[in-house]
Amino acid sequence: MTEKIEFAPLTKKDFVSDQAVRWCPGCGDYAILAQTQKNMPTFGRKKEDFVFVSGIGCSSRFPYYMNTYGFHSIHGRALPIASGVKLANPDLSVWVVTGDGDALSIGGNHFLHTLRRNMDLNILLFNNRIYGLTKGQYSPTSEVGKITKASPFGSLDYPLNPPAVALGSQATFVARTIDRWQSHLASMMERAYHHSGGSFIEVYQNCLIFNDNAFESYTGADKLENVIELKHGEPMVFAKGTKGIKLDGFTPKVVSMDEFSLDDLLVHDETNLDLANIISNWTSHPILPEPIGVIYAINKPTYNEQVDKQIETTIDNLGPGDLEKLLNSGDTWVVE
Amino acid sequence: MPKTTKTLDLAVIRFAGDSGDGMQLTGGRFTDTAAVVGNDISTLPDYPAEIRAPAGSLAGVSAFQIQFSSKEIHTPGDTPGVLVAMNPAALKVHLPELIRGGTIIVNADAFSKKNLTFAGFETNPLEDGSLDDEYIVYSVEMNKMVTHACKGMDLPAKIVLRTRNLFALGILYWMYDRPLEPTENWLETKFAKKPEIAEANKRALNAGYNYGNTAEIFTTRYKIEKATLPSGTYRNINGNYATALGVLAAAEKANLNVFYGGYPITPASDILHAMSSWKQFGVKTFQAEDEIAGIASTIGAAFAGNFAVTATSGPGVALKSEALGLAIITELPLLIINVQRGGPSTGLPTKTEQSDLLQAMYGRNGEAPMPIIAAATPGDCFFAAYEAARVALKYMTPVFLLTDGYLANGSEPWKIPSLDKLPDIETNLIDALPDGEESFLSYQRDAETFGRPWAIPGVAGLEHRIGGLEKKDGPGNVCYEPDNHHQMTVIRQEKVNKVVQEIAPTRIIGETSGDLLILSWGGASGTARSATEQLQEEGFAVSHVNVRWINPLPSDLKDILKQFKKVLIPEINNGQLIKIIRAEYLIDAVGYNVVRGKPLRASLLVEKAKEWLG
Repeated sequence: MTEKIEFAPLTKKDFVSDQAVRWCPGCGDYAILAQTQKNMPTFGRKKEDFVFVSGIGCSSRFPYYMNTYGFHSIHGRALPIASGVKLANPDLSVWVVTGDGDALSIGGNHFLHTLRRNMDLNILLFNNRIYGLTKGQYSPTSEVGKITKASPFGSLDYPLNPPAVALGSQATFVARTIDRWQSHLASMMERAYHHSGGSFIEVYQNCLIFNDNAFESYTGADKLENVIELKHGEPMVFAKGTKGIKLDGFTPKVVSMDEFSLDDLLVHDETNLDLANIISNWTSHPILPEPIGVIYAINKPTYNEQVDKQIETTIDNLGPGDLEKLLNSGDTWVVE
Repeated sequence: MPKTTKTLDLAVIRFAGDSGDGMQLTGGRFTDTAAVVGNDISTLPDYPAEIRAPAGSLAGVSAFQIQFSSKEIHTPGDTPGVLVAMNPAALKVHLPELIRGGTIIVNADAFSKKNLTFAGFETNPLEDGSLDDEYIVYSVEMNKMVTHACKGMDLPAKIVLRTRNLFALGILYWMYDRPLEPTENWLETKFAKKPEIAEANKRALNAGYNYGNTAEIFTTRYKIEKATLPSGTYRNINGNYATALGVLAAAEKANLNVFYGGYPITPASDILHAMSSWKQFGVKTFQAEDEIAGIASTIGAAFAGNFAVTATSGPGVALKSEALGLAIITELPLLIINVQRGGPSTGLPTKTEQSDLLQAMYGRNGEAPMPIIAAATPGDCFFAAYEAARVALKYMTPVFLLTDGYLANGSEPWKIPSLDKLPDIETNLIDALPDGEESFLSYQRDAETFGRPWAIPGVAGLEHRIGGLEKKDGPGNVCYEPDNHHQMTVIRQEKVNKVVQEIAPTRIIGETSGDLLILSWGGASGTARSATEQLQEEGFAVSHVNVRWINPLPSDLKDILKQFKKVLIPEINNGQLIKIIRAEYLIDAVGYNVVRGKPLRASLLVEKAKEWLG
């Protein structure tokens, strides 16, 4: 996808629109926006080939701030709209910015099916585990018992696990990152950009107003104790190399590196679906560290490629369509 | 016994049988033959929502009605003169609609005690004399006949019995002096890989024909001469296929690729089927996960520069409504087709109705006007789809095309249009910053159409953002200013109003003034036309107008309406167009509304009209 085309190199400034950014001061969205604007020029692609599509919610204001083509649509529907954009013009790099409510609640059906088809879109899901724009109700990723205006006695819903849902939907690229892990965020975006097929990145994003510190343990002083950065082909160590993860049958266990060596540890293989399924279940685990990085990535023909291929094959077999002939096909008769 | 031949102007026949009896196929073959013979035709397939209700049940009866004539006709006929009933249930369901003195042809072998009981007959109507006084009954042992015809073919009895419909068709071909070749050719093509099946069906068809010829019971054949239609090349076409062809023709003329996003729904699915078979035309079809994704994908494709189309029926439109509002505020060209069916809710999925007009007009949040065009006949679906596409692309707006179950599945002879003669289609595509603009103004409008520029992703220098939030007129940025919102609300309505300049002068059937004007829209057009002609023949001062564009209405309609003492609006709903007409023109129009899931009957409309004619 990284065609090198002759044009003046772009900078972050080229991707900043003239619209005033209107997120709450301190919102995690700022960091993601800045990283995106910084990253886009490094892909070596023309600005006009990028399209950002969003649904509704705080995160979905994102396209207005990118000086690319953009579409801020309706609640939950960013994925099918983006699918239409990609199918109509597969040469575009199409990005979807969505939230936990937008993608997993009202748009849940589209999330399943877009990933199932392996539509070549880059999906950034800003998960703040709360409804922000409607002023603080529990979301499909909120923890049980959450006290909000809509759940003053605690929410009763069990949360979804986004990477597990994505894997269950046959996604070909599943990753997780965190708004405050800036360089990690950038590297995940770059991986997604280069992945041919539907790429899903869950971004843990802090909502300062309605769900502050939801990810404090992954971003605070002891974050390295609580997060494991997945690296393909490397043993699973975290906590500055002092802890590791070892499989006991199908059960992952945290072990001390004082007692075990790197050779004893589980080695990450992002092409292994069974492993990816195991890792995805570490989400909000009481003992295991929170996995970030590329959980799963495989290559598979994309839906949009195959649509084009089917058209090409049909034209090869039947010749280009002749409308005059089609109109006059079947039993016809002439009235003098 | 000598056989006599009578010449008729027209005939209405109905084939009825179990869902598995192949009645739609039989009707389709009779239709194609009538078309090839040169009759004018109009058909009404009538099938149940259940794919295969229990064999022999009333719920499982499937029927196909055709009117064919040596004159120009406009409807499939009110009531048949001939009923072919393949089992007791078919007789039970359709007998009430057969004209008094009409002909019944039944498969006597299907009138077993079990089937009779299942259909609710206490005694066998073929034996108890209940039919004899009012109808001419031909009771034919079709099972026995086809078994005999296929003797020596070494086919299982089950397969042989399946050819009964062709036997019945053969009798009808004899009765109406039709050639067998078109059907034989069709069978050979259809069963090219199973020649023995083709052969069995051909034998049954010929056996039926010969039975009519030799059996003592049939004494009269009927001749219906060619109709005098305008010169040209014709084909038989149904509304859904015509709609799909209209979309394809518009794309070709506009030099755009078609993107069709949709979700299967009766009775619109055949549009998806046709579209998906046209890969060689570069048509991209996307069978989405739901109705909402169907329209959302078309909105995305429209943003990216395709001619984007979706088709559905009423329940699907309900699901698409929010997205339609998005298409309206983002001012993207889009064609949405509603093949209306009986409602509310799931209603009568396979039956026709005209009850989604107000949904198309008003069924969205906010002030969200859209142009609406309604096709009048199956063949007109082509031209209505083409016109809807032309307006969508020229004005940068979603456009509603309303058809219905009757138009979608009904068919008529269609004069194949010449592509050169179809009007050109303009788009608002731009590939560079317009002269004099320093930055791109995505909502800077064309003065004549209020269309905004169509700047598609991939074009350098025109990067912009659109969305569902209110736009600043001109630049197109998000804008919450009160006066701007008022202005944009007015502009969106004004844009729809401007479409009036596309509407051809209204055609009046009859005098331009008189006692009564029958004003129709959509699938009721044929009934209204037939009723008008009948009333005119009886000397009444009645005229007919059918409106195709309903939003906006034609500019000459107001003056036309004022020239009549009374305006009568027949609709298959509780009165929807009538509300618009009354509101728009302050005219005391009256309605004729029957909501039976079937086309209105011309004879009943005539009666209704006479109430007002005194």
